[in-house]
Amino acid sequence: MSRIDTSAMSRMQILARNPAVIALTLALALAGCANKKNLPNNAGELGLNGAGAATPGSTQDFTVNVGDRIFFDTDSTSIRADAQQTLDRQAQWLARYPNYAITVEGHADERGTREYNLALGARRAAATKEYLASRGVPANRMKTISYGKERPVAVCDDISCWSQNRRAVTVLGGAGM
Amino acid sequence: MIKSSFFRAVMVAAGMLTAFMAATPANAVVEININKGNVQPLPIAVTDFLSNNELGAQISQVIAADLQRSGLFAPINKSAFIEKIADPNKAPRFEDWKVINAQALVTGRITREGDGRLRAEFRLWDTFAGSQMTGQQFFTQPENWRRVAHIIADAIYKQITGENGYFDTRVVFVSESGPKTARQRQLAIMDQDGFNVRMLTNTKDIVLTPRFSPSRQEVTYMSFEGNQPRVYLLQLETGQREVVGNFPGMTFSPRFSPDGQKVIMSLQQEGNSNIYTMDLRSRTTTRLTSTAAIDTSPSYAPDGGRIAFESDRGGRPQIYVMNADGSGQTRISFGDGSYSTPVWSPRGDLIAFTKQSGGKFSIGVMKPDGSGERILTSGFHNEGPTWAPNGRVLMFFRQNAGAGGPQLYSIDLTGYNELQVKTPSYGSDPAWSPLLE
Repeated sequence: MSRIDTSAMSRMQILARNPAVIALTLALALAGCANKKNLPNNAGELGLNGAGAATPGSTQDFTVNVGDRIFFDTDSTSIRADAQQTLDRQAQWLARYPNYAITVEGHADERGTREYNLALGARRAAATKEYLASRGVPANRMKTISYGKERPVAVCDDISCWSQNRRAVTVLGGAGM
Repeated sequence: MIKSSFFRAVMVAAGMLTAFMAATPANAVVEININKGNVQPLPIAVTDFLSNNELGAQISQVIAADLQRSGLFAPINKSAFIEKIADPNKAPRFEDWKVINAQALVTGRITREGDGRLRAEFRLWDTFAGSQMTGQQFFTQPENWRRVAHIIADAIYKQITGENGYFDTRVVFVSESGPKTARQRQLAIMDQDGFNVRMLTNTKDIVLTPRFSPSRQEVTYMSFEGNQPRVYLLQLETGQREVVGNFPGMTFSPRFSPDGQKVIMSLQQEGNSNIYTMDLRSRTTTRLTSTAAIDTSPSYAPDGGRIAFESDRGGRPQIYVMNADGSGQTRISFGDGSYSTPVWSPRGDLIAFTKQSGGKFSIGVMKPDGSGERILTSGFHNEGPTWAPNGRVLMFFRQNAGAGGPQLYSIDLTGYNELQVKTPSYGSDPAWSPLLE
């Protein structure tokens, strides 16, 4: 029931809750997407950014063209089908650019206690790391860290935000344990 | 950072004042039985302490505020007072206090000693029996005047309820500021009434779940310093910090053992979290749980014999109890929804918890065998109870729906007396100190 619809339209509605994103989106539209540096991570899925515009092998290439994050169902740590596609792309990209180490950040939504969510975020990061390992990413290139519910990206009081916050983000470099 | 003088012992000397009208038999007319839920607050008159400056009035104001917030006392408005106390060492005109229905009366005096210390004297009177219930005096440095007021409030509370007070205590908490997506968090400490707030860490790293040592001026907490989320110890007097143990994964959810010699916490390894203790003297670590689940939020019973904790080994978070060596792990929560953050009462009789059910977050208590569950407060998001040292009042944090951040609240065991504890910015993860020495 809590699966998110990843179609551009619903994502647009979610992002529309954040006036800053709307302003940025409009500014980018007006500027003809000239300034790619300030694009939000998932702008590629909004169709505002021509694929391949980022330098191949760059951090921007990874976040925009591959997708740096996956989402989870409530209280779940299983990797959904849509997330598997993202992680498959991540594994292919990491195989092509073997110099990158990564940190997988696990996050939880705010509908839980602080301590449990730290553990839940860790479990999500571990499940993501395990999946990437099964797709050939060497374990010694991967670290994990959990931020629990302390670092939300979407702020509102319903599932449209909570589903954005239940996530694992693959960060090139980064520092974890 | 803290100045060490802040924690230096306050009381140099304390003594009993000789009772007035000692011939009058002490018929315990004025008393409150806390065990009878929803007690009618006792009308009490707290007069301005005599002094040659405003300190006397300030001290009586702090005393009255403590007593009022407890929910057990109803301080009478000063404008109703008839008698003006001229000599606190003489018996008051009891008729003047009975007529305004003051069942108890507090009088006192503040004087400056030759060495610069304050002398604070107070007497508590039973107006209907026409007798003194207690009288004490304290000596302290002038900057500690709020503590003296809290100590006097504790003495009044104890005399009338028969229970230890909790006013001369502090609360360590997480002070939060900034928007939710870029929230900054600092450890902070304050008096239990929200005064004298001081920051203990800077805003650089995420800090969470501070807990007081039961025996020392020491706090254990979790910090993301260096992007290595781990449990730390912080000496409050010196500001000295150290990592607790050298574990291979994230350590979190720490708490002291009742004797202050161990820290119990969760260690995360891959997807699992299990409960460990570390002995602070021998540095030996002991593993207490071993499941492919999340085991966290451990809390000792006050006698150290058992440990309550949270586990999702049964599918969703529930409260379990085990012996101190990890044996006999038994689930005790069976209601609707999930149960988290068990905290054993300092009296040993109850376990407080956070309950998540029907889209609401509640604070409640149950007996250590899981029976007698009572919800004290419920709403969009209430979390993380901590006990006052007398086991009669809880503090927790609340996040309302909408923008904004968490705030601290206190509630008594009846559930009727719920109050916000105001902090300079958002506040979460409160942890009550023991009664100060």
